[in-house]
Amino acid sequence: MANLKELNKRKELLSGGHRMCAGCASPMIIRQMGLSQEIPLVVGSATGCLEVSTTPNPFTAWNSSFVHCAFENSAATVSGVEAAYRSLRRRGKVKDELRFVALGGDGGTYDIGLQSLSGMLERGPRILYLCYNNEAYMNTGVQRSGATPLGSQTTTAPVGKESIGKKQYPKDLTAIAVAHRIPFVAQASPSHWNDLITKSQKALSVEGPAFMNVLSPCPLGWGYSSEKTIELAKLAVDTCFWPLFEVENGLTWKLSYKPAAKKPITDYLKAQGRFRHLMRPENAAVVEQIQKKVDDDWAALLKRCGAEA
Amino acid sequence: MSKKLLALTGNDAAAYAMKQIDPDVVAAYPITPQTSLMEKFAQFVADGESNTEIVLVESEHSAMSACVGASCAGARVMTATSSQGLALMWEVVYIASSYRLPIVMPLVNRALSGPINIHCDHSDAMGIRDSGWIQLWAENAQEVYDNLLQAIRIAENPDVLLPVVVNYDGFIISHAIENMYIYDNDEVKKFVGEYKPKYTLLDPKKPTTFGSFDLPDYYFEHRRQMAGAMSGSKKVIADVAKEFSKICGREYKFIEGYKLEDAEIVIVALGSTVGTARAVVDDLREKGVKAGILKIRVFRPFPEEEIASALKDKKAVAVLDRADALNAVGGPIFDEVRSGLYKKSNTPVVNYIYGLGGRDMGLAEINKVYSDLADIAKTGKADSVRNLVTYLGVRD
Repeated sequence: MANLKELNKRKELLSGGHRMCAGCASPMIIRQMGLSQEIPLVVGSATGCLEVSTTPNPFTAWNSSFVHCAFENSAATVSGVEAAYRSLRRRGKVKDELRFVALGGDGGTYDIGLQSLSGMLERGPRILYLCYNNEAYMNTGVQRSGATPLGSQTTTAPVGKESIGKKQYPKDLTAIAVAHRIPFVAQASPSHWNDLITKSQKALSVEGPAFMNVLSPCPLGWGYSSEKTIELAKLAVDTCFWPLFEVENGLTWKLSYKPAAKKPITDYLKAQGRFRHLMRPENAAVVEQIQKKVDDDWAALLKRCGAEA
Repeated sequence: MSKKLLALTGNDAAAYAMKQIDPDVVAAYPITPQTSLMEKFAQFVADGESNTEIVLVESEHSAMSACVGASCAGARVMTATSSQGLALMWEVVYIASSYRLPIVMPLVNRALSGPINIHCDHSDAMGIRDSGWIQLWAENAQEVYDNLLQAIRIAENPDVLLPVVVNYDGFIISHAIENMYIYDNDEVKKFVGEYKPKYTLLDPKKPTTFGSFDLPDYYFEHRRQMAGAMSGSKKVIADVAKEFSKICGREYKFIEGYKLEDAEIVIVALGSTVGTARAVVDDLREKGVKAGILKIRVFRPFPEEEIASALKDKKAVAVLDRADALNAVGGPIFDEVRSGLYKKSNTPVVNYIYGLGGRDMGLAEINKVYSDLADIAKTGKADSVRNLVTYLGVRD
């Protein structure tokens, strides 16, 4: 459990004045993760919104050391940093204790960077990979990704006379990470900051790789006004569209949060422009299908976690 | 100066150099014909003869990415690859040089797909000729070893800070056993010294951002600085060679002549073919033909001045390219050599594309080139004899 009074004294990972959009969840997520502990971090990021907006040369918003290499190789790049750290510590050339974090959006993690991520998880270095998942290619203008939900409007899977937007469900990347049997995997949301910070703490304390998939609402891509970011993140959790849980060593599943009353998915869908077309009567079956998928997934998760329905 | 004579393959020679360099981090992925190099080096590490941290990644793209990360962290870093492996790294190869990271990479030259082929040609190296990597070329296992040791010093020089690729022919050099000298461990360690990076990711008191986003107001200046570093590397390459001569007993140059001085007809080449050409030249000299060779050791930075000065008074020159530029003009070395001669002389220059995908380049083929050159020398005109560009040893 994080203690607000203690957190208040810690150094922020990102300085103000970065150029992320107002209401973007990803800097909130990064700051929450960064507050999780006092050992200095070295952070790497895939190409994406976060990287371009925090490092417009000659400026940087990073109070820690930061490295960006390319789009699909955040995990491999930080693997190199961590290998250098171990080697140089062994040779007595680096004295400080450090922790390592690799970042990527859903494009850089679910899609183009999946191979690099899987390689890192299999090799087992002590690195936290955190995916800030805004569920589409937002940096290039809201194109569909492997994380985009079914029925979502994107610029490459647009809504039209013959189309409801994206036709497929997103891949279950969290489960893919779990299948690597690494020490720690979790889903988190910036609306539940205490949970996110506690999970980050845990992720950075295990002797090996950790993966966190964090939902990152995007005002521009999701179509809502920027003050509603945390509200949206909370709705995703309360509708069980984005459940919060953690898995240790690929085997021990633990539910982090169970909504007192599970809200209907329409509460979540109707709050966002990207799903607006689903509210039309002719798309009622699609909404039903989405609700059923959420219900089935939630039931399966409860079972895995040994929690009661 | 103490050294011992060993019988090693080119890949063993490279592994031996890596063991003595003992880099902080090596990230690699297996590919033919590089594989036996990394196997040998991994065995050195397994036996405790090298203290390197090896990162065995899941692709060459990740290999070069891990090298970039490790080098930004202040480590001395090496990798090695061939052909498709380099093609997969290509994106990150450019990033490595633009971040000014002194990574050193043996490149065991192999033809690029397609069609898929595992044998030697130079299409892989020529594909990264404009990437900002310094390129050294070896004729044999000894030069693989010597070039690698020098490469570390060139790359890490604060006036250079560019990565270096050390090229050698797949199978022909990488897998053939040759007698070669290995230098005393302490002497080599003293020569390569310690890498002292100016910036690193691992100093929390001095947080540093690497790989920031360059817009039109900075990108051009950064690329211009790279161009300056490449030009400036010439002095460093020469200085390092001079210092290294105290260990190896010979001073490496940008180009090397064989019976070049009084030669009238000259072949320009790089890699193992130079060795074959030496035998042909010896034979021709016995018959009174004034044949010679100009070997290119440093291809990037391109030694235009040295090449042009050495060739300007020759009667006929043939440039051998083991890669085709497919530009409907000629091979990559030919284009640059001819351009270098443009203001200096009217020496006729022709081009031979040879040995693609491991096609043999034997004495007969090289004899044919010299015989063409002799005909050209008689008339002083290249086109009186044959096309400007000839595909040698191919079924047309």
